[in-house]
Amino acid sequence: MLDVDSILADRDVRIVVCCGAGGVGKTTTAAALALRAAEQHGRRTVVLTIDPARRLAQALGLTELDNTPRLVKSVDAAGGGELHAMMLDMKRTFDEVVLAHTDPVKAEEIFNNPFYQAMSSTFAGTQEYMAMEKLGQLRARDTWDLIVVDTPPSRSALDFLDAPARLARFLDGRMLRLLLAPARAGGRSMFNLVTASFGVFSRAVQKVLGAQLLSDLSGFVAALDSMFGGFRERAEQTYRVLQDRETAFLLVAAPEPDAIREAAYFAGRLRQDRMPLAGLVLNRVHRTQLPQLSAARSLAAAAALDQAGEHDSTAEVLRIHAGLVDQGVREKRVAGRFTRDFPEVPVAEVPAQPADVHDIDGLRTIGAALARPLSRP
Amino acid sequence: MEDETDGCEGERDVNQVNPFWPARLHVVTGKGGVGKTTVAAALALALATGGRRTLLVEVEGRQGIAQLFEIPPLPYQERPIAAAADGGEVRALAVDPEEALLEYLDLFYRLGRAGRVLRKLGAIDFATTIAPGLRDVLLTGKVKEATTRTVDGRRIYQAVVLDAPPTGRITRFLNVTAETARLAKVGPIKTQSEGVAAFLRSPMTAIHVVTLLEEMPVQETIDAIGDLAAAGLPIGRVIVNAARPPLLTAGRITQAELRRGLAAAGLTTDREAVAGLQAEAKAYLTRQKVEQSLRAELDELGRPIVELPLLPDGVTRAGLDTLAATLLAAE
Repeated sequence: MLDVDSILADRDVRIVVCCGAGGVGKTTTAAALALRAAEQHGRRTVVLTIDPARRLAQALGLTELDNTPRLVKSVDAAGGGELHAMMLDMKRTFDEVVLAHTDPVKAEEIFNNPFYQAMSSTFAGTQEYMAMEKLGQLRARDTWDLIVVDTPPSRSALDFLDAPARLARFLDGRMLRLLLAPARAGGRSMFNLVTASFGVFSRAVQKVLGAQLLSDLSGFVAALDSMFGGFRERAEQTYRVLQDRETAFLLVAAPEPDAIREAAYFAGRLRQDRMPLAGLVLNRVHRTQLPQLSAARSLAAAAALDQAGEHDSTAEVLRIHAGLVDQGVREKRVAGRFTRDFPEVPVAEVPAQPADVHDIDGLRTIGAALARPLSRP
Repeated sequence: MEDETDGCEGERDVNQVNPFWPARLHVVTGKGGVGKTTVAAALALALATGGRRTLLVEVEGRQGIAQLFEIPPLPYQERPIAAAADGGEVRALAVDPEEALLEYLDLFYRLGRAGRVLRKLGAIDFATTIAPGLRDVLLTGKVKEATTRTVDGRRIYQAVVLDAPPTGRITRFLNVTAETARLAKVGPIKTQSEGVAAFLRSPMTAIHVVTLLEEMPVQETIDAIGDLAAAGLPIGRVIVNAARPPLLTAGRITQAELRRGLAAAGLTTDREAVAGLQAEAKAYLTRQKVEQSLRAELDELGRPIVELPLLPDGVTRAGLDTLAATLLAAE
């Protein structure tokens, strides 16, 4: 069984990454873990959230997207811990990277380039990359004992690991050099074939998109080329931090087919990349309080009461019970697909909460449930 | 691309729309995890009922349709994937932005072999990733082409259902002119994007938002509908997925009442059973109350709402048919 407290208490663990499909309670889990680390284990903790529900953000005191960690009030600091929280502002983080690597005049030029605007706000992978960039920044500052990261709701879990490398490859790669090449390479370069077809490409682009676009594009590319020579290195550094023992990956899932499939995929990927996977948090698990009363027996009794035409409410309670029993069985079957493929990965189950969590008390309840999970499926 | 028009008995009325689902292109969006793909597939099955043919399209490379129907990954090619009730047929297509760009270039510029070289170099990937607006024009352009395609004056598809990007990205995805105008100020892409934009804003298109009765999906539904309306995009229905039947509508039940009922049913009335069942009922009622207030929030949007039942056995083919029938019965 996954022992969350021993991870949160371990002084050598400096980063906890929560990942999984969207809509499984990832942000809430990250916030609950961070709160527990601060209150129960006396750690100076920061939680980096990506896109929290409005009311959860309010509970954490995150009223604006200002990209700076803020101290969360109403956290019990008796044990010497603190909780800070921040929401990732993707565009601002990208702007900061640009500013850190170039002079203000050139930065302004880049900010005004339509390609930069499109890319910094919509490029598939930018959010993932910027989350990693921010994590790298927070870690480098060495102000916190523990950083808990919520990951973006990626189209597929893979993006999260691949995005930094993909973006770096893209910014640092052959295509960029090719785009800059026609001017430099001349006709007799050994890359003749390459530049020749690139000429076709650039002519096609010019025809299709117009010359203005092409000049914006090469302006953007030239600016990035001068600035992001070490982009790949930066991404690789973050990647190495993630592989280190100071990091613990927690997969978050709900007992539903898509979420479990995503979690299994991610577990395989982490194993392949030798990333430290600490366990699976299975959220929103339904458990009956009365396992001895089977669904079939319960439904039969409800039908008998209906037939007798009395005790309507009891019949409905019995139907609720039967639904819960069936749901529990179904959830166990679905979650079993993960545990069968990854028997070595410890699991913590968190019971479904009847209402959504949006205050510190609710996060405490989740944290306590994480630390004392239900039995394994 | 398609050369056959036969095989569908319902051609007699393929040019007529379903009065309750009058659009030709049904865009299905929703927060991730709400069952967008399931609902899109059910809608494609529903609109194919009665010997019609529909096309189910995905654009994000997730292969969600193939997973749902348990078939091998879909190519960039329209192919039959399911039979609908009364001899209808659902075809599916996974639009790949790179393929769409090559197809486009080939169509207008006869790029042929050069296109393949460019792809090897990663140029196509480059062009479609650096300009997300360009990628979206290509994707929506392909969807428009399939929706409006005719052979001998007859539509190939009764309707096209698009399993679209999630609510967080849908407005930007569909708002193609605004996005491309930032990048391409003149040229054929601009012309193309204007055509697509007009189509997406016409009565030919309806955007349906799928949600669960949970806080975040409902919030995103409300936000997305606001954004879509502001962008002048035509909103169709709100589709509540996995709705549970209302039980215990009379409210709470006392232990005494429960004990009498259990006794009448011949079940044990010990303390554990009574307390356990009451706690389960209480949690259900709490959840139901949350759901009711979320329903009220959705009602305030003033859009037609369809509720689809929770499928007790998960999403099976029979389950999809149940959802399709529910969608078809919606007025």
